[in-house]
Amino acid sequence: MPTEAAVLDALSGVRDPELDEPITDLKFVADLRVAEDAVDVRLRLPTPFCAPNFAYLMVADAREAVLSVPGVQRAQVTLDDHHASSEINAGMADERNFSGTFPGETEGESLDELRAIFRRKSFVARQERLCRALLAEGYTPAQLARMRLEEVPASEAKEKYLNRRKEFGLDVSAGASLVVDPDGNEVPEDAVVEHLRFARITRISIEGNAGMCRGLLATRYGIPDPEEATP
Amino acid sequence: MYEKDGEKYFVVDGHVHYWDASPENQANIHGKQFIDCFYGYHTALSPEEYLWPEEKFQKYSEEDMMHDLFEVGYVDVAIILPTYLEDFYVNGFNTTEQNAVLKEKYPDRFVLNGRFDPRDGEPGLEKFEQLVDSYDLKGVKLYTAEWSGQSKGWSLKDEWAKRYLEKCQELGVKNIHVHKGPTITPLNRDAFDVADVDEAASEFPDLNFIVEHVGLPRLEDFCWIAVQEANVYGGLAVAMPFIYSRPRYFAQIIGELLYWLDEDRLIWASDYAIWHPKWLVEMFVDFQIPEDMQGEYGTLTPEMKRKILGLNAAHLYDLEVPSEIPQPAAVAAGEDEYPEAPY
Repeated sequence: MPTEAAVLDALSGVRDPELDEPITDLKFVADLRVAEDAVDVRLRLPTPFCAPNFAYLMVADAREAVLSVPGVQRAQVTLDDHHASSEINAGMADERNFSGTFPGETEGESLDELRAIFRRKSFVARQERLCRALLAEGYTPAQLARMRLEEVPASEAKEKYLNRRKEFGLDVSAGASLVVDPDGNEVPEDAVVEHLRFARITRISIEGNAGMCRGLLATRYGIPDPEEATP
Repeated sequence: MYEKDGEKYFVVDGHVHYWDASPENQANIHGKQFIDCFYGYHTALSPEEYLWPEEKFQKYSEEDMMHDLFEVGYVDVAIILPTYLEDFYVNGFNTTEQNAVLKEKYPDRFVLNGRFDPRDGEPGLEKFEQLVDSYDLKGVKLYTAEWSGQSKGWSLKDEWAKRYLEKCQELGVKNIHVHKGPTITPLNRDAFDVADVDEAASEFPDLNFIVEHVGLPRLEDFCWIAVQEANVYGGLAVAMPFIYSRPRYFAQIIGELLYWLDEDRLIWASDYAIWHPKWLVEMFVDFQIPEDMQGEYGTLTPEMKRKILGLNAAHLYDLEVPSEIPQPAAVAAGEDEYPEAPY
């Protein structure tokens, strides 16, 4: 029989595509029950009006993640307290895709394009986080522009960046340039400062959004907000 | 007006509401969920002493509003924006007609804004013209994610949206406030995407586009278009309250906005009744970029704060600013027009 820990571990691989963080860290998993080969997961979101497309993606990804755990035969993932809960839950139960879940309200079949946009943003933000750390260590923007991946000291930020870069299908070999745009093009030395300056707002936007979502979830469900300031 | 440390500030609240979300007015579950969502913002980001009970938050009185904004909240003039949401609320959430009651009673206190919905087509165009005429409107609030029957939202790129913007231009409705919300169709797109504002702003250079909430949660996309379009402004509602609970994050937002747009295109706002203007004014005037971030972002001066708190909005709406309020340096020297604005 699959363990709760194994299921949670699988769920920790599911990220909010917009916030680029695991749904388990975000406390979106409200309840988890394992009975024999069947798993029941309940998800919750910060507001009833969180975007239905991202909500759908997380529910679908969570279901797939749970089913990937050895020994799990049936997985039910339910979205609680959302304006599109009934559509999404019914869509899941009937194994309908996104356009089948919201008939007439989508264009094309899938959410791939939306997912790609947010992978791009997360790629940019992760690269900025890594470069920011390197600049703080004393590297200059010109050095970053010439830096190869093998020359970047090991760190968690580097690992996260490389994971995303790899998922993105970009070159992660030792000799590849550190600073590239989301299409894989090298950024010339004189453009690196501007490139990182813009990347910074993307990172700030994602982090701020995540903070807002944490605060709203904490308020909504009466759980502690880890980022609550003590004014 | 607000005064602190010898500096005087004319305060224009760029975004206030007078809504009715009481259970009697909720048309369905979405009406309840919508106000619950607002109440979440209110409780998550307000100081404790400013928290309202849910019942008051659903429906507050005219006296509450006048007291909070003008008696204790330092606001000189408030721009009152409608949000119809007629699919969620029996009489609408707050319509232009409802807001007009306040405007008629306190003509010097409010700037009344209207709205249009391009899905209303040709008949809507005529009605919009009547609305503008009867209330002498200078601005509209557009809520592109608003539901209407089967539709879960619209885009400024829509042909009919452009017809309405042409009408705005023709009628002198020059300030277009745009709010992005979470359920725009087609649902496989990013509902918060502000790219349609870019296209509209290029096509209508004589109109001012005030992107509410500075595009949050898509600050980067907003900055990107604002850099390119001189007639795009940032409304600070929703960004402001971070000043209390996450001041370092607020410093980053304001620092980035000042870097990409400068202080002439930012409009301070409370989003009343979600947040109370009193603490937002006090904290903003006291605010400074934390020392360790000043290398990246510089500092905020009283002149910058004066523009953001009121002069920029006063300029957009041709409001009279008391002579005791210092004008921006360039204007005071008679060298230049008020910076940046196309009007």
